[in-house]
Formats: sequence, structure tokens, C-alpha cells
Amino acid sequence: MLAQIIQNLPQVLIDGLTLGVVYAVVAIGYTMVYGILELINFAHGDVFMTGAFIGATVLFLMLGMGFLAAMPALIVFLIVIVVAGIATGLLGVGIERVAYRPLRRKNAPKLIALITSIGISFVLEDAVRFIAELKTGNYIVTAPSMFNHKFTLDIHHIMPFFDNATFQSSFLLVLAVTIVMLVSLDLFVNKTKWGMAMRAVAQDRDTASLMTINVNRVISVTFFIGSALGGATGVLFMIQYGTIDPYIGFILGIKAFTAAVLGGIGNIRGAMFGGIMLGLLEMFAAANLSLITHGAMGAEYKDVFAFIILILVLIFKPEGLFGKAVVEKV
Amino acid sequence: MTILSALFDKFAQSKKNQVILFIAYVVLTGLGLFLLPDSTIAFLLLLFSILILYYLKFNLRVKWVTGIVILAIIVPFIASHSDSYQTYMEVGTLVGIYCAMALGLNIVVGFAGLLDLGFIAFFAVGAYSYAIFASGQAAKFMPFGHYPLPGGTFWIFIIIGALVASLFGILLGIPVLRVRGDYLAIVTLGFGEIIRILLNNMDHPLNITNGSMGIASIKPPNFFGITIGNSSQFYYIALGIFLVVIYVVRKLEDSKLGRSWKAVRDNEIAAQAMGIPLVKTKLAAFAIGASFSGMMGVVFAAKQMFVDATSFTYLESTMVLVMVILGGMGSVPGVILGAAVVIILRTQVLTNISDWLSQMSTDYGIEIPAALSPEKMQLLIFGLLLIIFALYRTQGLIPHKNRKVDVELLKKESAAAALDREKVTSGGADS
Repeated sequence: MLAQIIQNLPQVLIDGLTLGVVYAVVAIGYTMVYGILELINFAHGDVFMTGAFIGATVLFLMLGMGFLAAMPALIVFLIVIVVAGIATGLLGVGIERVAYRPLRRKNAPKLIALITSIGISFVLEDAVRFIAELKTGNYIVTAPSMFNHKFTLDIHHIMPFFDNATFQSSFLLVLAVTIVMLVSLDLFVNKTKWGMAMRAVAQDRDTASLMTINVNRVISVTFFIGSALGGATGVLFMIQYGTIDPYIGFILGIKAFTAAVLGGIGNIRGAMFGGIMLGLLEMFAAANLSLITHGAMGAEYKDVFAFIILILVLIFKPEGLFGKAVVEKV
Repeated sequence: MTILSALFDKFAQSKKNQVILFIAYVVLTGLGLFLLPDSTIAFLLLLFSILILYYLKFNLRVKWVTGIVILAIIVPFIASHSDSYQTYMEVGTLVGIYCAMALGLNIVVGFAGLLDLGFIAFFAVGAYSYAIFASGQAAKFMPFGHYPLPGGTFWIFIIIGALVASLFGILLGIPVLRVRGDYLAIVTLGFGEIIRILLNNMDHPLNITNGSMGIASIKPPNFFGITIGNSSQFYYIALGIFLVVIYVVRKLEDSKLGRSWKAVRDNEIAAQAMGIPLVKTKLAAFAIGASFSGMMGVVFAAKQMFVDATSFTYLESTMVLVMVILGGMGSVPGVILGAAVVIILRTQVLTNISDWLSQMSTDYGIEIPAALSPEKMQLLIFGLLLIIFALYRTQGLIPHKNRKVDVELLKKESAAAALDREKVTSGGADS
């Protein structure tokens, strides 16, 4: 049994890493908003989904105008991801304006903000479903395939106890783009003036506003960045997995939130680490669960697995792996 | 116009006139339903009389008796003349089921302030506990006993369903309640999904729930030899349980436990400092809320005669939440109204509008795309309702009222008590 698990480890690592970086970038959106507003933005998973659909729309438009044949695929891809990122970034800012800012002004309890975010997520899901169904007759959209050149990693030749692993070229693209996004975000938060303002607002909103920081604008910028990253990841998801539907955002959003909690909520590097770890764990579970339990539990339990991790982390280490424990003061 | 409305106000102020007006309304709408038996609007107007009754200035007992007479006798009697009798009663049953569930969630969210996004899991647990034993399913894994159990056990299963669901509530509560406020929402969501996935996959290695095939041919309940098979009979079961639930909730609301829930909701730390046992109070909220849901789950399984995991999705959990938010968190009459509005909207109004739209497009050739059909727009409609109510009317349709305490009376009583005590102690000193 152990030999079998080791055998398919390279494939599990590749698949897990692909999924993990997607979780990581979406988790950043949760963690940034939570760090500043102490609010679980339920709608973030659906912003991710909207990004995927906007990306698909732009891609189909460009396909229709013949751009795809005229230009290298990489440039088309860059245009798509930038357009989708900006659009979802603006969407995020809009959501904050409409749904969260009025509540903040009224000093409403947190429960109410959570409920509006659930409402926003419903509205986004249905609006996207409606538009997709109106235009194509079916809300499940299959993206035109790009970057589907298959590679085989001939690892069996070097280390005979491993099986060979295969991946598409889109895997490399996903990995490269997410790493660029993660590194530039890290630089932005830690090195620039806006990043410093963001960290200040996260620490203490009132004091930050006394230090001439425009808190509302910082919150808008945070929503823009978080949502733009989420939307761009949606495009990556579409290219990697091919089919999208309006309901992908819900489960993926919860898992990304799990990743954020795992890494310590409010901690950006923690969210990156948590996402990659959750992706690896989940793929490992999907590949080996039925092997370990002798067929009693199959890959369909992989979602249960993610939720159990979430519950365990929240019970035993609610501050996450990298977070600092917060003592609640009266 | 203003003179007329002023006149009406003056007229409606007096109690006698209110009685006359109310009876006139009931008779009128009843007659309307009698003459136009297929008109949903007439049916809804008749139900609306309950809401009017709530706002009238009668004493409480009269209101209750009138309400029960309308719901238990007048509505079924008039509806029985209609061709869509079973449809109306089905709606009535569903309203009863969801009202009880919403009242259960109201205890958790409205009274205790714990946001539970996996509430439907308890409903599922109740439904499956009856479904497994009242069908051939139990024979597949139970080594003893004869299954399916006879329909008469349904009545016992209502209690068993409540107990099993509250057990699950406590099981969920013990680990989860150590989690801070807003994490609770996402953990309960995860719990709801776990239950759903488990129910969907527990057909191997041991076939307990029959997996995604669901459990079919569940035995209908049996009441002293009468088989309860159609909605008009289930309506009375749902109504009965619903009345019990209202009674329990009203008793609980002003009890010591109810007041501790509200204290925990308003300020957890202050409540703890006042000596309220946090974990016990929260667990009680989970357990009691879940038990209502479990009872109605049993009724649901018996009514549908078929259960599978697709009836217990996240959407259903949030639908119950919408009922609570729409009606008003913590307000018992509000939540009942919210549940009724949501169910009637879902099962009657939206389908009717959809039918009407498709009728329009065939009759007049107006092209209305299928994607626009309001039946499919449920997520959008309920999402918007959630946002609008959370932003602009947080207290809901009928805001909750705390019981008013007459301060003067209390002062007088405590003074009298103090006087008594003084007498006793001084009397003791004399002898």
C-alpha cells in the first residue's frame, strides 16, 4: 500500500500544487479583507467565479474577432487576465460601497454584514447564471482550450519507485502567474506607502485615521486588490480546468477561507502557505483515501476532509499556523 | 379622501367595529375562495386574515381561538370545494413545516445570536431517522427486527426525530462553541455540507442511507387505523406540531433560559460576568432549535414518502435564514410571517408568474427567454431580500418587542416584600 502511495506521489504533487496556488490567491482576498474589517466576505468566492466568466467572455469575443489566430496565445491570455482582473477589482469596490460601507457607518453588528455578504453572493451567482443562460442557452460554459500541450515528466527513469507524472502547459502558466501575483502583492504590502497604510488600518483603524490615512480609501484599495487577484485566478481556473459554472465559487470560496484560517487569518504569507498546503492535502486525500481505507471511503469524501481540517484548526489552533493569538479585551 | 380615511380610523378604533370588520373580511375572502375555487389570490387573502388578527386589539385568548378556528376549520373546509384542494393543503403543510424550522433557527440566530448556516442538517437527520426505519432500508444493515416498521410508529418517531436532531445539535455544539463568533458561521456551514455528503455516500461499505439513490417507499403514518396519505391530512399534523412549537417558544422566550440567550447575544463577556454559563446556554439553544427541525424532518419524510440528499443543500439552509431575517430576528410572530411569505412566494407566486409569462409568450408571441422565468430567479430574489433587509430594515417585517416591565409595580412589590421581611426579623428579635 505504501509503495502504491509513493508511486503516484509525483502526480499528486503536481495536481495538488495547481489547486493549491489557486486556493492561495483566493485565500489572500479573504485574509486581506478580514485583516482590515474583521469580516468574512462570503461574496469573495463568487467574485472569483465572476472573474472566470468575464475572462471567458473576453476570450470568446477575441476568438470571434480572430485575434487568437493573429496573436500569440500568451498575449491573448495576458489581455484576458488583465481585463478580468480590473473588472472584478471594480466589482469588489462596488460591493464594498453598496453592501459594507453603509453598515460600517451605522456601526451594525457583524452578523448583519455576514448576512449581506451571503445576499451579495446569491445575487452574483444568479446574475451570472442569467447572463450565461441568456447568451449561450446553458449556464455551464466550456472555455476554448488553450495551452493544452501535454508534457510527461519522466521521473520513473531516474527514480524507479515513482510513476511518471503528466501535466499540461497550462500548469506552468498557472504556477508562473500566481507566483508573480504573490510576490508582487508581498512587495506591495511590505514596501510601498499604500501597503504601509493598509497594514496601519489593519492594526488600528481609529489611530490610522488620526495619522492622516484615508481609511475608506484604503479599504477600497484593499477590496480592489483582493477582488482583482480573485478574478484573475478565476481566469487561471478556467484555462486549467476548462469548464466553469456559476456555482464553482461557493465550495472553492469556503476552501480558500479554510486555507486562510489554516495560515492564520489576516496574515498574507500564511494564506499563501495555507492554500498550497490545503491543495496538496486535498489531492493526496482524493488519490489515496480509498486506498488507505480499503475502499470504504472514496474521493467523494475529499470535501469532507477539507471541512474537517477547518474545524480542527479552529478548535485547536484558532490563530492558525502563523497567526498571533488575540486576547479579547472588554 | 382624507376625510374618508379619518372616518375609517375612527370607526376602526372601537372594538365592536373591529369585530364586525374582521368577520366581514373573513366571510368576504372565504366567499371569494368559494366562488373562485382556483384563484390563488383568494386563498392568500383568506390566509392574510391571520395577520390582521394579530394586529387587532382583542385579548390574547380570543385571538388564539379565532386563529385556530380559521386555520383548522374554515380554511380547509372552504378549500375542500376547490379542485386544487390538495395543492392548497400542501402549501399549508409546507408553511407549517418551515414555520417550525424558522422558529428553531430563530432561537439560535435571533435569541442566542449564533449564526448557523447549516441548519438544514438537523432537518435531514430527522427525515432520515424516520425514512430508514419506515422503509425496507433498515433491513439492509440491522441484524434484528422486522422492517419497515408499521405506520403507527410515526408518532413515536416525531419524538425520536427531535431527540436525534438535538443530539446532533449538541454534538456540533461541543466543539464549535469554542470558536469565536463569526467563525461559527463557516464551521456550521461546513458541518451542514459534511452531513449532506455523508448522507449522499453512506451506501458503502455499509448501506445505511442508500447513497444518492435516496430512500423510496416510506410507509405513511397510521392514526388508529386510518392511513394518512394526502396533504389535507398532513396539514393537521403540521399544524399540531407547529402550535406546540409556538407554545414552547413563547414560554421559553421570557424564561430564565430565554433571557440568558438574549444576554449572551447582546454581550457575551458581560453575560459571563453576570454568572450565565456560556457553554450550557449556547448548547441549549442549539439543541432546542435542532429538535424543532428534527420533528418537522420526520413529518417531511412521511409526507414526501421519499428522501434523498438533494433536499438538504446549503440553499435550503439559507432559505430558512432568509425567513428569520425577513420576519425579524428574535420576533416570534415576525418569523412565522417570514416563513409563510417565503414559502408562498416560492411555491405559489413565482410558479404562477412563470406560468403566466409562458402563457403570454405563447398567446401574444412576445419572446420571453426561459432564463428569465421567475422560478429560476429564486437566488436573485432572495439574495436581494437579504441585502435590502440587512441594510435598511434590520429589525425585519415585525420587529421584536421585549416584554414590558411595569417599573412602578415592581418597586411597590419589592417595597412590600422588604416591609414583610422587616416585620419578620423585628418580630424574631422581640421574642
